Amino acid sequence: MANAVADAAQYALAIPELGHFALLLCLPIAALLALLPAIGVRLQLGQLMASAKQLALGLWICLVVAFACLAYAFAQDDFSLALVAQHSNTALPMRYKLSAVWGNHEGSLLLWGLILSCWTLAVAYSPQQLPLATRARVLAVLGGVALGFLMFIIFTSNPFTRDLLGPPLEGRDLNPLLQDIGLILHPPMLYIGYVGFAVAFAFAIAALLEGRLDAQWARWTRPWTAIAWAFLTVGIALGSWWAYYELGWGGWWFWDPVENASLMPWLAGTALLHSLIATERQGVFRSWTVLLAILAFSLSLLGTFLVRSGILVSVHAFAADPARGMFILAFLGVVTGGSLLLYALRAPALSSPNRIAFLSRETWLLINNCILALSLAVVLLGTLFPLLMNALQLGSYSVGPPYFNALFTPLMVLLLVFMGIAPWLNWKHNRIAPMILRRWFIVALCSALVGLACAGWMSARYQQAFSVPAAIGLALASWLALMSLADLGRRLARRGHGLQGLRELAHNYWAMLVAHLGIAVCAVGIVLTSVYSQQQELAMSPGQIASVAGYDFRLQQLRAERGPNYSATLGDFTIARNGVSRQQLTAEKRVYHAGKNVMTEAGIVAGLWRDLYVSLGEPLDDDRNQQRWAVRIYVKPFIRWIWLGALMMATGGLISAFDKRGRTRGVVSATDYAGSGQAT
Amino acid sequence: MHPVRRQRLMIVVMIVVGASLAAVLIGMALKENLNLFYEPVRVAAGEAPLGRKIRVGGMVVKDSVVRDTETLQVSFVLTDYSANVLVTYQGILPDLFAEEAGAVTTGVLGEDGVFRAEQVLAKHDEKYMPPEVAKAIEGKHPPDGAAGSY
Repeated sequence: MANAVADAAQYALAIPELGHFALLLCLPIAALLALLPAIGVRLQLGQLMASAKQLALGLWICLVVAFACLAYAFAQDDFSLALVAQHSNTALPMRYKLSAVWGNHEGSLLLWGLILSCWTLAVAYSPQQLPLATRARVLAVLGGVALGFLMFIIFTSNPFTRDLLGPPLEGRDLNPLLQDIGLILHPPMLYIGYVGFAVAFAFAIAALLEGRLDAQWARWTRPWTAIAWAFLTVGIALGSWWAYYELGWGGWWFWDPVENASLMPWLAGTALLHSLIATERQGVFRSWTVLLAILAFSLSLLGTFLVRSGILVSVHAFAADPARGMFILAFLGVVTGGSLLLYALRAPALSSPNRIAFLSRETWLLINNCILALSLAVVLLGTLFPLLMNALQLGSYSVGPPYFNALFTPLMVLLLVFMGIAPWLNWKHNRIAPMILRRWFIVALCSALVGLACAGWMSARYQQAFSVPAAIGLALASWLALMSLADLGRRLARRGHGLQGLRELAHNYWAMLVAHLGIAVCAVGIVLTSVYSQQQELAMSPGQIASVAGYDFRLQQLRAERGPNYSATLGDFTIARNGVSRQQLTAEKRVYHAGKNVMTEAGIVAGLWRDLYVSLGEPLDDDRNQQRWAVRIYVKPFIRWIWLGALMMATGGLISAFDKRGRTRGVVSATDYAGSGQAT
Repeated sequence: MHPVRRQRLMIVVMIVVGASLAAVLIGMALKENLNLFYEPVRVAAGEAPLGRKIRVGGMVVKDSVVRDTETLQVSFVLTDYSANVLVTYQGILPDLFAEEAGAVTTGVLGEDGVFRAEQVLAKHDEKYMPPEVAKAIEGKHPPDGAAGSY
């Protein structure tokens, strides 16, 4: 019996070693994956090319084993691992022990690697009818990326480093900000998106190497990009939602460099997705599309660099270690520099010969692409400028949100206007019927009225002066929504089967419709939250009432409570409107035992039309009355629409990724393609 | 001119005009919204501009935090162990704000030498100290009695 226990303990001790071994094994496999298929393509050896599949599978298995072993170590509180000792605690609930696996620098990089291997595996075994050589090239590029990243993990951030000198009894604890459902989901979603752009990147590099870039290439690349983009959208939305309820400031976007780091690949990815559509349908913008694919992945790497190198100031920067920063920077340099060099050498041969007509859909896609690229430049400059100045020792600057708001907003206005128009235009054609112009005019008029009416109503409801920016913002959102719906109506009318025609519309059309309506919903949320949010900060004692935006917040009582690894002060509020008591909420202030960290857990009554939000500030020492707290109260109209819109966009992305029509067409052309390949 | 050439010329002109316009606008917006960081010693030496938004950071001096329980007005002293700056702020301080810990404030320096903060950032734990604060107090040990003697 005692022997069995000792044996079990020994096995448990050996599990991290198994994980470490699996991680080390990944390195040669990735190296082989980067080399063998490429050599196979060079020498025209089918077997070598086909080996990419098995290698991708091997890489995936090894990373799954490594990751599972690390998760096991966290679950078992194996504090002989330095990582576990520093980021977990015996008192931590199991779900947070598991999410703590990626709540730190080393573990999150391992997750990055795992997700990359998942994407690689998916490409290896996807039902797409890719020619053997193309698949081999794409997998080889992915293998190269994996190799670089694994070297980074193993040489600078090994999660399996032992700390046998003095393993603590309890562990240091996970940063309490990260002990939350938002954190369990946010990093994996974000990474699936980030890393997914590696696939588009690999396809682009493969096409440049092959010297062949056509509509078929775009057809293969687009579903991967759409899935990655959808996950990135969800990841960003989750991050914003988390910041909203967890930081206790009621804000949903701070233009924090870390947020910008995820927004930049998203902007590039959005542009890429649209440019791919034009390339797929009309064979235009080829070199621009390839450039965007390179850019999107480079920005994902840049994001990883910014967030993980510790040069930024935030919860995300787990540790500042210059060696790590230098490594990622070098990696970024090799990937971006190398691919741009390849692009410069090969792209001129790929340029599209077609002239395009000004009033065609492709032109307007290009215009929107330019706006997205410009917004990207604005964010990039605002994010990197302070870092650059600091690196050159020219002073320590920070760029405030007004910079981003002042530049980003007008660009988004233009984007909304053009987004409404683009779906109405035909590919290639240069003509718009006067009747259509008349319809646009009617829609514009309706939108203006909707904007004015809604802004007027909201101003009355929240007792503010009439806001012109709100009216403009709402008019633009309804312009986009109405133009999209009117276009849908027009298409249905043209088919003439009434609502039955709905089924005949292509997946891609639905994808666009849902995503664009999502943008409109998101825009409504942003405009109304920004303009009509009301807030009050005040000192409250039990029994006191505060009125914000027509709601009476009454502090009922303050009480103390103990959680699994923290103790808390809770404030119970009842909220009344027009004298009728409607809702209750509880705001919380926690002190975590392990690190003595203080955390605010806001009390929120969520609603489609408004959120009621209360967070406890700090206890105020008062001689007369001990129970007195600083309290922050917000009424945030329509804030849920921001994340709802993001979910709609992501849904649109997924619909477009699983477009059956596109896939079957892809199969047919793939055979054509293979045939023509043999002929040449 | 040949229509194709004219179209190309138009496109090039549009791109050049658009790009330079964008560059000018971005540059202006950036210039207006740059907030330079000053250590308390440079504020004390009068190097920091008055009436312009800047950032000041340092360690929060022990026992210097004074709160008004009615109006949520709060004041505290930031130090880099060479000089001190009195900071006032209206509102609730962040969770991680604490005495003898690093804080970075954004606001405007008044003629009376008091820094009126609109934003207070405090992010510290055992592993972390705002890099600017760490640099500001680098190599300076808290001399006895210096802290708190504003």
